[in-house]
Amino acid sequence: MQTKRTIFPNKLLPYALLAPQLAVTLIFFIWPAAQAVKSSFEREDPFGFRTTFIWFENYARLFAEAGYVNSLSKTAVFAVSVTLLSMTLSLILAVAVNRVLRSNRAYTTLLVWPYAVAPVVVGILWWFMFNPTIGIAPYVLRSMGIAWNHRVDGNQAMIFVVIAASWKQISYNFLFFVAGLQSVPQSLTEAAAIDGAGPFKRFWTIVFPLLSPTTFFLLIVNINYAMFDTFGLIDATTSGGPNQATNILVYKVYADGFLGLNIGSSAAQSVVLMLIVIVLTAVQFRFIERRVQY
Amino acid sequence: MSKNALRLSVGLAAIIATTPAFAQTEIAWWHAMDAELGQRLEAIATGFNESQDEFVVVPSYKGTYPETLTAAIAAFRANEQPAIVQVFEVGTGTMMAAKGAVNPVYSLMTDNGEAWDPSGFLAPVTGYYSDTDGNILSMPFNSSTPIMYYNKDVFEKAGLDPETPPKTWAELETMSRQIMESGAAPCGFTTGWVSWVQLENLSAIHDQPYGTLENGFGGLGTEFTFNGEVQVKHWENLKKWADEGLFQYGGPVGGADAPPKFYAQECAIYMNSSASRAGVINNAKDFEVGFAPLPYYDDVIAEPKNSIIGGATLWALNGKDPEVYKGVAQFFTYLSSPEVQAGWHQATGYLPITNAAYDLGVEQGYYEANPGSDIAINQITRGTPTANSKGVRFGNLTQARTVVDEEFEALLAGSKTAQEALDSAVERGNQILRDFEAANQ
Repeated sequence: MQTKRTIFPNKLLPYALLAPQLAVTLIFFIWPAAQAVKSSFEREDPFGFRTTFIWFENYARLFAEAGYVNSLSKTAVFAVSVTLLSMTLSLILAVAVNRVLRSNRAYTTLLVWPYAVAPVVVGILWWFMFNPTIGIAPYVLRSMGIAWNHRVDGNQAMIFVVIAASWKQISYNFLFFVAGLQSVPQSLTEAAAIDGAGPFKRFWTIVFPLLSPTTFFLLIVNINYAMFDTFGLIDATTSGGPNQATNILVYKVYADGFLGLNIGSSAAQSVVLMLIVIVLTAVQFRFIERRVQY
Repeated sequence: MSKNALRLSVGLAAIIATTPAFAQTEIAWWHAMDAELGQRLEAIATGFNESQDEFVVVPSYKGTYPETLTAAIAAFRANEQPAIVQVFEVGTGTMMAAKGAVNPVYSLMTDNGEAWDPSGFLAPVTGYYSDTDGNILSMPFNSSTPIMYYNKDVFEKAGLDPETPPKTWAELETMSRQIMESGAAPCGFTTGWVSWVQLENLSAIHDQPYGTLENGFGGLGTEFTFNGEVQVKHWENLKKWADEGLFQYGGPVGGADAPPKFYAQECAIYMNSSASRAGVINNAKDFEVGFAPLPYYDDVIAEPKNSIIGGATLWALNGKDPEVYKGVAQFFTYLSSPEVQAGWHQATGYLPITNAAYDLGVEQGYYEANPGSDIAINQITRGTPTANSKGVRFGNLTQARTVVDEEFEALLAGSKTAQEALDSAVERGNQILRDFEAANQ
């Protein structure tokens, strides 16, 4: 470590060089975060005329509220399902495309397209397809004997948003997996093939371990995606319903804060959400990263 | 916000560029009317702008009702508020509690020397927007009430008389069953706004209290009481009908799936705001639409009470120059003139908010030429309003309505009985009222 340290003779220059980045972090992250922490200890009317400091009442109320505990568990189900589904499917697709020698660029381009679509547009697209009245999917499902109505059935609604959220993320994961697969040296798999290892054995013992940095990176990105970026999709498809079945934490923050005008509770929720992500990321780096071979 | 500010300043620049000689005072008007309603609203602003050259009203569309309210509140906190904002009836409790934010219309009009006669307005409308001393706080603009739309062609196909819509819920059930069994349509009825139509209005029509303290008109210490016998019975029926397929759920809040069910002739009957009239007529291309009052239970009440209002009013926000309020007052006078109001009412299906606007419509022969267009006004003015049918006014009612929607969904999913769902909605709703009380004391 000591050898890497550079000593600047000028005392101010390093601070000056750091200043723009620090300013951005302070203005766009630290300051709003501090505001959120402050608001989470207050009760305020919507217009901001009366503000009362109420210590931890917002937090106490939050954890006593059945809806919040429900939202926590829905978020867990949602984030894990989206991550698993989108990563598994994109790995399969990436391996398949990697084996195609000709026109694999065309496949890659086609598979990457969904990522260019904004979450709200994705939401509206799926809303149309699965709309219980006018959608094509419920119509097809009905002919197969499945009564689809995610407006009433909470489990169906959850399946629906998981599929919609994963669909978009598959492109992103796919791109990273393809890049990862192409950096696996051909000589290793060829040597294993000569030694008599079948395609599955070669994949699990050579390719997959070499993909572990990519997989680890995608794991963190996907969990963060499911927890934060899916807000627009939820808003456009189910709005958290029916009966809070898809009311994930980030949507609840919005619904309580912006629609319900309950700023204190919303702030407390975002502080809790921030803590959850910090802990999750820390755990991932502390325990899972050890299994990663760079 | 900056995007809106930009749009506003672009609009302002355009106006300044086209009006060379006068330094006009600009009045920002934020609203929630899109599509056809939005165009109608802009025509009103243009009409006012052309009628004088001292003021310019600049309307800007801010999204749905909740989004417009939220935007106005955020703007107020940042001291960037518009002079006028359109707030839906659900936000009334919130606005009334925000005394420092609002320039009440009764004092605004007298301060600026505008002739202002509240008695010219429809009683159910003024009653709703007045404080406990009887002063009107916001300018009535677009008020509506739910009515029943039905498909005359389907009625005929099912062997029913297309000129005799169901009066009571019992009739509605029999007719829906006949419609389904005859194959005329796969579903009997659907509804927009479950919370507003199937609970708030249901309670008012049957003279059942929705909450204590005169449904919240009497103060902040109110509690919900909508888990009474009549409401429970109605929700039990809705669940039973939903299981049978007689009733189809159209989704939470406004019920976005309900209108397509009616337009596609899947459901024969559709209950929603009278303001949906223009849209319903435009979308019902292949069939004839009938209009009727909401059904009632004749074993509960012989003479149903009046229904209650929805829609929105215009609130003047504090913090502007006196010159601006002078313009706002003049604009409000223009807005409530019989010609403007009658035009707006006839084009949209909103209620005529003044007696003069209604009389003008009668004089013009509008109601005779358009059968069914007076259903809403007759329904909201029938009988003598009681404390239970005057309206509902609670703080944070948007949140309470969300709770009602959620519990209704739990009922439909079969995880709760009607009694359990309504009890739980009351309990959760009361918590929301206590929050509002605590934040506004």
